[in-house]
Amino acid sequence: MTTVTDSTADTTTARRALPVTDLSLVVLVGATGSGKSTFARRHFKPTEVVSSDFCRGLVADDENDQSASRDAFDVLHYIAGKRLAAGRLTVVDATNVQQEARRQLVQLARTHDVLPIAIVLDLPEQVCRERNAARPDRADMPAHVIQRHRRELRRSLRGLEREGFRKVHVLRSVEEVEAAEVVLERRFNDLRHLTGPFDIVGDVHGCSSELETLLGKLGYVDGRHPEGRTAVFVGDLVDRGPDSPGVLRRVMSMVASGDALCVPGNHENKLGRWLKGRKVQRTHGLAETIEQLEGESEEFRAEVAKFIDGLVSHYVLDGGDLVVCHAGLPEKYHGRTSGRVRSHALYGDTTGETDEFGLPVRYPWAEEYRGRAAVVYGHTPVPNTSWINNTLCLDTGAVFGGRMTALRWPERELVDVPAERVWYEPARPLATDAPGGHQGRPLDLADVHGRRTVETRHHGNVAVREENAAAALEVMSRFAVDPRLLAYLPPTMAPTAASREDGYLEHPAEAFAQYRADGVERVVCEEKHMGSRAVALVCRDADAARERFGADGVTGALHTRTGRPFFDDPAVTEEVLVRLRTAIGAAGLWEELDTDWLLLDGELMPWSLKSAGLLRAQYAAVGAASGAVLPGAVDALRRAVERGVEGVDGLLDRQRGRVADAEAFTAAYRRYCWPTEGLEGVRFAPFQLLAARGRSLAAVPHDEQLAWLDRLVEHDPTGLLQVTRRLVVDTGDEASVRAGVDWWLELTGAGGEGMVVKPLAALVRDAKGRLVQPGVKVRGREYLRIIYGPEYTRPENLERLRQRFLGHKRSLALREYALGLEALDRLADGEPLWRVHEAVFAVLALESEPVDPRL
Amino acid sequence: MPGEAGAGGTILEGVFLTISTTGIPERPATDLGFLLHKHPERAQSFSTSHGTAHVLYPEASAERCTAALLLEVDPVALVRRGKGKGRGGAPDSALAQYVNDRPYAASSLLAVVLAKVFKTALHGDCKAMPERAAAPLPLRIEVPALPARGGAALVRALFGPLGWSVVEAEPIALDPEFPEWGDSRYVRLVLEGELRLADALNHLYVLLPVLDDAKHYWVAPDEVDKLLRAGDGWLAGHPERKLITERYLSRRRGLAREAAERLELVRLAEAEGLDVEDVDNAVDETTDTEERPVPLAQQRRDAILSALRAAGAVRVLDLGCGQGQLVQALLKDPRFTEVVGVDVSVRALTVAARRLRLDRMGERQAARVKLVQGSLAYTDKRLSGYDAAVLSEVIEHLDLPRLPALEYAVFGSARPRTVLVTTPNVEYNVRWESLPAGHVRHSDHRFEWTREEFRSWAARVAGEYGYEAGFVPVGPDDPEVGPPTQMAVFTRATTGSDENTDENEKEGRA
Repeated sequence: MTTVTDSTADTTTARRALPVTDLSLVVLVGATGSGKSTFARRHFKPTEVVSSDFCRGLVADDENDQSASRDAFDVLHYIAGKRLAAGRLTVVDATNVQQEARRQLVQLARTHDVLPIAIVLDLPEQVCRERNAARPDRADMPAHVIQRHRRELRRSLRGLEREGFRKVHVLRSVEEVEAAEVVLERRFNDLRHLTGPFDIVGDVHGCSSELETLLGKLGYVDGRHPEGRTAVFVGDLVDRGPDSPGVLRRVMSMVASGDALCVPGNHENKLGRWLKGRKVQRTHGLAETIEQLEGESEEFRAEVAKFIDGLVSHYVLDGGDLVVCHAGLPEKYHGRTSGRVRSHALYGDTTGETDEFGLPVRYPWAEEYRGRAAVVYGHTPVPNTSWINNTLCLDTGAVFGGRMTALRWPERELVDVPAERVWYEPARPLATDAPGGHQGRPLDLADVHGRRTVETRHHGNVAVREENAAAALEVMSRFAVDPRLLAYLPPTMAPTAASREDGYLEHPAEAFAQYRADGVERVVCEEKHMGSRAVALVCRDADAARERFGADGVTGALHTRTGRPFFDDPAVTEEVLVRLRTAIGAAGLWEELDTDWLLLDGELMPWSLKSAGLLRAQYAAVGAASGAVLPGAVDALRRAVERGVEGVDGLLDRQRGRVADAEAFTAAYRRYCWPTEGLEGVRFAPFQLLAARGRSLAAVPHDEQLAWLDRLVEHDPTGLLQVTRRLVVDTGDEASVRAGVDWWLELTGAGGEGMVVKPLAALVRDAKGRLVQPGVKVRGREYLRIIYGPEYTRPENLERLRQRFLGHKRSLALREYALGLEALDRLADGEPLWRVHEAVFAVLALESEPVDPRL
Repeated sequence: MPGEAGAGGTILEGVFLTISTTGIPERPATDLGFLLHKHPERAQSFSTSHGTAHVLYPEASAERCTAALLLEVDPVALVRRGKGKGRGGAPDSALAQYVNDRPYAASSLLAVVLAKVFKTALHGDCKAMPERAAAPLPLRIEVPALPARGGAALVRALFGPLGWSVVEAEPIALDPEFPEWGDSRYVRLVLEGELRLADALNHLYVLLPVLDDAKHYWVAPDEVDKLLRAGDGWLAGHPERKLITERYLSRRRGLAREAAERLELVRLAEAEGLDVEDVDNAVDETTDTEERPVPLAQQRRDAILSALRAAGAVRVLDLGCGQGQLVQALLKDPRFTEVVGVDVSVRALTVAARRLRLDRMGERQAARVKLVQGSLAYTDKRLSGYDAAVLSEVIEHLDLPRLPALEYAVFGSARPRTVLVTTPNVEYNVRWESLPAGHVRHSDHRFEWTREEFRSWAARVAGEYGYEAGFVPVGPDDPEVGPPTQMAVFTRATTGSDENTDENEKEGRA
């Protein structure tokens, strides 16, 4: 495959093209003064060229300081390595006349799986000398340096291909250098410009009849699709099956006519070596193929050999969204060119261990795969195909009596036909799972750890800082429910802007005004329940839970806002799920939403159920302390006043006011506490259906949502479910706004916590296209005592509290909201678990950001 | 909504105390005014960083004189101090916020205010009547709501030895309407006795914050000097000297530092209405068992070390390293060339780093050890390629349904040649005298297994991942109930390797 171009072969051409692969490491070779830097400047972008002189300057402040060479080359290799890792063409401008220097560069290219290419400037000594003489910094370079370089260069010339350079271009005179023109070539595997649509066909193994049936089912007529679709074969066309020549004939003609692409499988590779006359073991079904081919003509065998020889190990297709190869490929190898890339594409990776059948244990690369491109492959026969981390194995063991499967791309539809019979007995039973699919497709720490950016479709990139991720990791690892059941965490919610109303810190008028300003005409006010947030994942039965969420032995989950199981006792959780499930069934929502699971967001009451610790440590403690202190303090002040001590009256009045405030405070929290026994006394008020099969429901308008939820409550005979009272307000209509305010006054006057105002249409953007707050809370005057303390309503306190700053809280609420939506969308799209978890985890991490907890 | 909770506690009832004395005509009680440097007929106010302190006398006669100290804390100012940019008007440093908006420390605040308002009295100075300041007088001090971690018993233990004839500490119920909630952490304190006023004030100055224990931070670097000064003459001989000193100094400083490091976690804990201590993983192994002469923890480490040596391991992972005791033991044996301590708790790692003195370790030693945050609920590429992994007293801190993820992360993904797992043997619990029947050994233990349960778990995991499991008792092996700790030694099965497999072999195997 090595290309060598040499001037002696091609002296007459005026302009000479030097082909250079678009992702490669170009090594310039030439004595000092041979014009490498000038050449590099002329043919490459300045940023593509890394020069040893420049690196010497970086480490030693002197481009000619030879004593700094070792460090300079370390830097050069480092920079070149970073560029290659990022997939950028890189040119090394150094003399590279010594074999050792080149060996390191070839190694570097291999490390990054790109082709090393040499461009040699073999110019006469005279030219080099004159050029150096013209440069002040090199004028006094001894002549023997050039001579030595030239000697080393000449010695090297013939061995460059052997050293590993895949293209070698030699330029022998000033004229040739002048005439040279670098031409970038696309890599063979780079077919990003082809957008299909494609039909990717799994392992065939000589099953010619099944292949014809499958192609027919896919709509191909005699190897051509009337709508111009392209078939893509993942390899292993041959061996084991009854008619490998027939399969080859079909595929070769489709490839030749441009109706198909084909990547090689390990079986083609071995057959190719046999065809070349190499000695191979005729095992694993090769014997059958050889026998079949011996019945074919010499010409056909030669054609097959040529076909196999020309196969490219993998293809990157459809703008980079799709990678097809035989045995799977990690992202870092996509579009790369090296022996090991080819080897991985053909054979996959193994762990080094062998199983009980003596076969190598495959390395579960797909488990670790986090790439954006879908990787479609075959090689490992599996009973059922399923996407794992955006990879799909299409080998469903047709030759072993399974099925032959194809994937329609970009539709992502599977099409399969059953095997006509068992053509070949497998050496080991088909794995019950795709490689890497066992044990619930574990998550990797790299998916959540450290500083991260999560892309959201509704709010752009959301950053998570390292320390926040660290805290979330601890909570998630030690307390959260199984991440497979944790599809969502609720976002925080901002309060309304501070009110100017006398005696109020929060008041609905500001909430309505804010939404009006955001262009939201209709909002729904929902009663705010004072309990603890609870998210319920309700599956129709344990089978549904297993099938969709991969969780064994449960029928769902009930967790808190940080992902903890709501109840310590799984039996209580199950009882809640049973009641929800019954209500969902009775309300007919399984059918209506065409789902066998539902995710609900709601509030579980009483507050004292989950927050006993908080009550004890904070709220009741305040009440207890005030009760113990204030009477004594008031008494002491009263006696001082009675004694005629002056200047105590004001203080006495304030303390008396405090007594009243403290009583109001205690009354405020007591309202949300009542005893429970098992589920006796427990209430759950759902306020949103978040998701159902294949669908996020987060953008369903709230009136529709509430209609569903009302039906749920109606169909719950146990009294667990509680309705959420609501009122729709037109933010532009004064009377409607007034009605909203009155409703809130009534609600909070009767001891309610307050209300949440949400855009009726749920997911709304403002005129500038930005997300609007999904809700703002307007808390009751008495309730806020719990938050801001018994005395917050005193005018001087209120005045200062009104200066509270909401910017950070609002931003946090939006970011968490967007992450929550993202998690639901990813869940709906059937994205890999790590993608859903990434967004959920980020919500938890953001919850540890510093923000005034009273907001 | 627990999530938005937190600030209710900023209210400062509790910041009140009275000091009374009695007198006779030739030695009138009103001398208290001289001793305190506060005139009995005037109400005086002092502005402090936390609000306004008032001193006034509800009674002042020759027979009886009472001074009252009342701090009007400004709750709004407390949390608004240093109005933060973009943080909702919270203080500029998150620390301040999370410290101040707890139900803190009326007593800590009182101590600060005492020191400010009664500075001269605290030092025992009194120019007007130095002889009175130097002599005991009958005193009655009442603090109606004193936060006391350790309860009434500790209050009595702290004030009891200091010469008070009456030390009354009466718990205050959290809420009479909810008797099931029990007592609050406040007690009503009454002290009576014949003491020098300065001594009495110094007792309060030191012991109020000690009883409060936490949640209020000093930044003064001279805290040791202050303690020595205030404790002069009584602290050295106090039977609870250790607790007093620790709580006053090291623990408070440690907490301050830890709080700064773990604020993110504090917030997540508060979102659930929990204390960060309930969420943190820094398991204190001393609470786990207290057997003499060789503590079980030590025996466990010895067993682990010898199993590691027997396995020939030199590069070792300590998964769930906690505060780094095992890492420390491993480093003492030079055969272990690389020791990686992994824990999910950043606080535990910080403590471990301090214990190992990582920042002062020589380069060569430091190169042998690494402490990283990690979680066994996830696979982790950094953990591949080690000889051995130790999971000492780790699995029982996981909910059973999440154990398979750990199994996969360790046995399926990291796949060291040797894995050691230790866990309590629940059968042995009947032998712990201090452990009430049916209780687990640590409040965070999600389960404790019998020998049978542990063995069948280990056998299943070994089978699933290609390991062989052996079992080693740790601690005295009781004939009836077995050892207190059980250890499984997993060794990766060597069913051959295909490292030498040639290309031909590799090819056909699809």
